[in-house]
Amino acid sequence: MTEARPALPEDELFRAEIVAWLDAHLCGDYEAVRHRGGPGDEEADPVLRRRWEQELARGGWTCVGWPKAEGGRGLSIAQQVIFHEEYARAGGPGRMGHIGETLLGPSLIAWGTPEQKARFLPGIRAGTEFWCQGYSEPNAGSDLANVQTRCWQEADGSWRVQGQKIWTSLAHESDWIFVVARCVPGSKGSKGLAFLLLPLRQPGISIRPIRQMAGGNEFNEVFFDGAVAEAGHIVGAPGEGWKIAMGLLEFERGLSTLGQQMHFLHEFELVLDAMRRSGRTHDAQLRQRVAQAWCGLRAMRYNALRVLADRADAGLRREALIYKHYWSNWHRELGKLAMDVLGPEADVVSDDPLIRRLQQLFFFSRADTIYAGTNEIQLNLIAERGLGLPREPRPAAA
Amino acid sequence: MHASEDQILIRDAAESFLGDVSSSAAVRAAMARPEGHDPEVWARIRSELGWCGLAIPEALGGLGLGAPELVLLLEQAGRHLLCAPFVSTVCLAANLLQQVADESAQARLLPLIADGRLQATAAMPATPDWASSAASLRAMRTASGWQLDGEIARIPDAGTAGLLLVLARVDGAAQPALFALDPSTHGLQLEALPTWDATRRFHRATFTAVALTTDARIDAPARSADGLKRAAALAQLYLAAEALGCAQQCLDLTVAYVATRQQFGRPVGSFQAVKHRCAEMMIRIESARSGVVGAAQLAATAADTTSLAMDCAMARVLTLDTQFYCAQEAIQLHGGVGFTWEYDPQLYFKRAQAGSHWFGTADALRAEISEALLS
Repeated sequence: MTEARPALPEDELFRAEIVAWLDAHLCGDYEAVRHRGGPGDEEADPVLRRRWEQELARGGWTCVGWPKAEGGRGLSIAQQVIFHEEYARAGGPGRMGHIGETLLGPSLIAWGTPEQKARFLPGIRAGTEFWCQGYSEPNAGSDLANVQTRCWQEADGSWRVQGQKIWTSLAHESDWIFVVARCVPGSKGSKGLAFLLLPLRQPGISIRPIRQMAGGNEFNEVFFDGAVAEAGHIVGAPGEGWKIAMGLLEFERGLSTLGQQMHFLHEFELVLDAMRRSGRTHDAQLRQRVAQAWCGLRAMRYNALRVLADRADAGLRREALIYKHYWSNWHRELGKLAMDVLGPEADVVSDDPLIRRLQQLFFFSRADTIYAGTNEIQLNLIAERGLGLPREPRPAAA
Repeated sequence: MHASEDQILIRDAAESFLGDVSSSAAVRAAMARPEGHDPEVWARIRSELGWCGLAIPEALGGLGLGAPELVLLLEQAGRHLLCAPFVSTVCLAANLLQQVADESAQARLLPLIADGRLQATAAMPATPDWASSAASLRAMRTASGWQLDGEIARIPDAGTAGLLLVLARVDGAAQPALFALDPSTHGLQLEALPTWDATRRFHRATFTAVALTTDARIDAPARSADGLKRAAALAQLYLAAEALGCAQQCLDLTVAYVATRQQFGRPVGSFQAVKHRCAEMMIRIESARSGVVGAAQLAATAADTTSLAMDCAMARVLTLDTQFYCAQEAIQLHGGVGFTWEYDPQLYFKRAQAGSHWFGTADALRAEISEALLS
């Protein structure tokens, strides 16, 4: 498909470089994880995908957006977009290291101490230490500030954590967790929180998988029973946890959306393949839905280009505000379309790789409109920030 | 993919001009006029603002800009329901001339459109292609030129246009022929259609032994097949931009209303049942806007015709659905006043329905897209 975006000569050289590298390295054993490990498929061969992370690291292709001084590649925004795009186009495996690389790393670069940076950034960069995110709790979902997990400081300066996190993606495949916990007893809402870094393998932490509707266990409950964080492993001051936690989410601002869109294009093409295979290409209603899905795909691509074209105030722009709701609902629709394209065959648990992928897509995409801000929370944000309608009543912070 | 400074200037100038001359009161006054527009406003658009020449090459007297700029203007025109033969002259006639006409016709006619001296129009087909409008009009060779017989179901602004472009089928030829004629030509009968959407005027044209000279046929046969596809794609894109503006205004009117209308002691816009519906409108509008802007950027490159046609169809599909959705939501969320004559949602609702089959329905366009995807 034709691109409507002017590119500088050095950007095109860069594109050629990443394409050539992927061509030379994403082969052999790694063939098995091409196009794998994306949303809904995150449990695909974690061992091999971890090795792939290290392969990427040796090529200098992890943490490409980090500043050079912090060990990153210091790529421009345009080149990061190209990287994500070509990575997805080549079928690069879902990134096991993305929580560390895109969320924790940039936060440490912004707010971490020199010791924290020296301790944690190299492991993220090298693909040897993997992170998960401990925000949600059973009673802190959409109302994230209602965190109940407690933490307190011992005489030796170390921190203890007591409580429970939930919906923790890939906790069982990770080495470390960052946690928002209440350090001021009796505090409410966004005040009185601390942001702590804890190793997952310790006596005070137990992990219980949550079995999802498609049978997989990507998400977990993580229980803290006097779990220990070293004295130096608090980011920001006690009480600044909310600031760090929310600031961290700001780093996820659309750079990988073109890559995500490329991944969606791949899935869309799988649906077309399934339609041809099932002999339903002449079904007029399915054809309408296929065309509608393609229109959404193009709109998402152009929307992502709009977001990236002017990042100065990306958080406030209308196209940035609608994106999560748009892509997640589009993806969910694609899952349903995939099943209807397969027809009765979709109801049978299948070993056929194409059918299995589409079944996974169907089931897992139900989560897309729930995690990272449900549809309903997104609509609130859009109405309030995008349209200036009156805010929902929120509990006053203590 | 962000607007350049020039583009922002064009958009802002259009917004402020149309805010003055195409207010709700002005639209209603124009609707009541026999010609369906205010001739003074149309004259200013043509001479003072030079909008008609925006996308015409400089060599032919235009400004040499293209689709990315034109869609910005059209969005504002849609937003303010501009009643003027701008779409018929620029998006239909000039577009058709640029893509399909031979060089001599281009050199003769486009400068007249660019500097505002000529108001022109062409058929608005009810299918995604333009060639289909030729099915009901037949051209036959005569000793002195051509004879046209048949009818064209809908031509916008034909009652005031100085030039009419029609496509007619020629026996034995694969492609229709393009003719340029004076609407007052003998044998051509124009019948005004009293449409519910009074912001755009349509005529039905009946051709009875209309005799034309040889030079009235102006297509360049070598590029007419591809040219007709490109022209139809661009027309869809332009109509998409206009529809986008209509949808945006429906949202803006609704947000303004629900933010002030009080029930149960608070603005109705503070209820999630209402604010979520406004947010849904914004999601559809912004995604459709991305589609329009992206397709317009593609149109400004040397994209192949199939890619261009698919992207323009995409923009049209998204804006058609969004336009109707937003118009009906505007009525619902305005409550009782939403279905009155006095409030504006009805004007956008009528436009949305009328526009739903200009250049084909969304369903017809999706059928075309799926054909391209699956063939």
